Amino acid sequence: MKQFFKTAIAAVVMLAAPLGAASASALDSISEAGVLKVAVPQDFPPFGSVGTDMQPKGYDIDMAALIAEELGVKLELVPVTSSNRIPYLNTGKVDLVISSLGKNPDREKVIDFSDPYAPFYNGVFGPADFSVEKAADLAGMSVGVTRGAIEDLELTKIAPSDVDIKRYEDNNGTISAFLSGQVDLIATGNVTAAAIIERDPPRKPEPKFLIKNSPCYVGLNKDEPELMAKVNEIIAASIADGRLNAIAEKWLGIPLPEKL
Amino acid sequence: MAYKFDFGAIVPHWQLLFDGVILTTELTVIGAVVGVGLGIMGAWARASRAPVISQIVGVYVELIRNTPFLVQLFFIFFGLPALGVKLTEFQAAVLAMIVNLGAYSTEIIRAGIQAIPQGQIEAAQSLAMNRVQIFRYVVILPALKKIWPALSSQIVIVMLGSSVCSQIAAEELTFGANYIQALNFRAFEVYFVVTGLYLVMSILLRMGLKVLGNFLFERRRHV
Repeated sequence: MKQFFKTAIAAVVMLAAPLGAASASALDSISEAGVLKVAVPQDFPPFGSVGTDMQPKGYDIDMAALIAEELGVKLELVPVTSSNRIPYLNTGKVDLVISSLGKNPDREKVIDFSDPYAPFYNGVFGPADFSVEKAADLAGMSVGVTRGAIEDLELTKIAPSDVDIKRYEDNNGTISAFLSGQVDLIATGNVTAAAIIERDPPRKPEPKFLIKNSPCYVGLNKDEPELMAKVNEIIAASIADGRLNAIAEKWLGIPLPEKL
Repeated sequence: MAYKFDFGAIVPHWQLLFDGVILTTELTVIGAVVGVGLGIMGAWARASRAPVISQIVGVYVELIRNTPFLVQLFFIFFGLPALGVKLTEFQAAVLAMIVNLGAYSTEIIRAGIQAIPQGQIEAAQSLAMNRVQIFRYVVILPALKKIWPALSSQIVIVMLGSSVCSQIAAEELTFGANYIQALNFRAFEVYFVVTGLYLVMSILLRMGLKVLGNFLFERRRHV
């Protein structure tokens, strides 16, 4: 009986071995197929949306194109939603998820994350003539926030007591208050700030300091060290030669922060 | 009922509601006093039929009575800074309430003035009273007395209308309620309490105005 088990296990191992070898490196299979399949958002501008020509566009799409180009393969975009992007990766329908994906412990159990490739944060923004680098510098200024939002709760904790935090009903109220000069600064997400800058406003919300940072990462299947190394290498190279910065300025209106 | 009330969740935030009641009261008192004053002047201008002023007041009244209060508030708070007039949210809220009540009370008081019999004014003239005396004793006081209940209701409406000032971050009672609700997600309880507070404030305001009316009008009956 014992012998039978030994034989059976050996047989399974032998049968599984070639399969294992074939799927051992996602990088190899991408090069072999000549196609990189990437899950991208289609409903989350400026990271990914559908343009008037029905083609997907955005930060994530440009990032996917950059990686495909560096790998020397064709790019196939797979539109996903925020709830199905990880299942698409786990079931092998895509090779990478580039879909404004933030890191958290639950996700880390099922997929691996590259180095960050895009800034995503809540912070304080304001015109250039306000010199603010940290919460303490806000003393005596007024800051508009959307009531009950994460930046409201965090800023209330860290701001000095003489900061005048004005809480508006919704994002539109907060933005109007900032643009009309009713508040000196605005606390919001960098994506919202990008949307304001895109409309070429009279008062530009330039980044002052971070409240909560949750940058975007490329999602990969677990145990793909070669692909991971390659993706990280491409991200590092594109940061170094300014290509990623160009993408950031194009879609977010703000250069990449010094540290993502 | 599946919903479990938890009014205890509001207790830690009582200060927000208290501050809200204070600010709502301040807004109402200033808005009512100045607004009714504006209304008396507007009504005088309308009733006197002085050519240009009467028409200007007419345009003002129709402009305010035919646009929403919230839009007037946004115009003052978000619009005027573009013209170089920057008001704090308190100033903007008070101004909006004054301008709004001013227009409505102009019409209400004008109705009271028009209800004064012409013979009463002629009698005052035959007693050699001057124009200011006639307006004060023979026209405006009896007029106000006639329309006092309607004016009281309008003041209460303006107090309740101040709830939209939370939209420009004026931290009045509704702002307090919305903020607490955003912090503890106990919407039902918070609005339950705030509804009660508004009810109590309205009743107190009506009672106060009734007492004020008695003081202003009844005593003079025997003078």
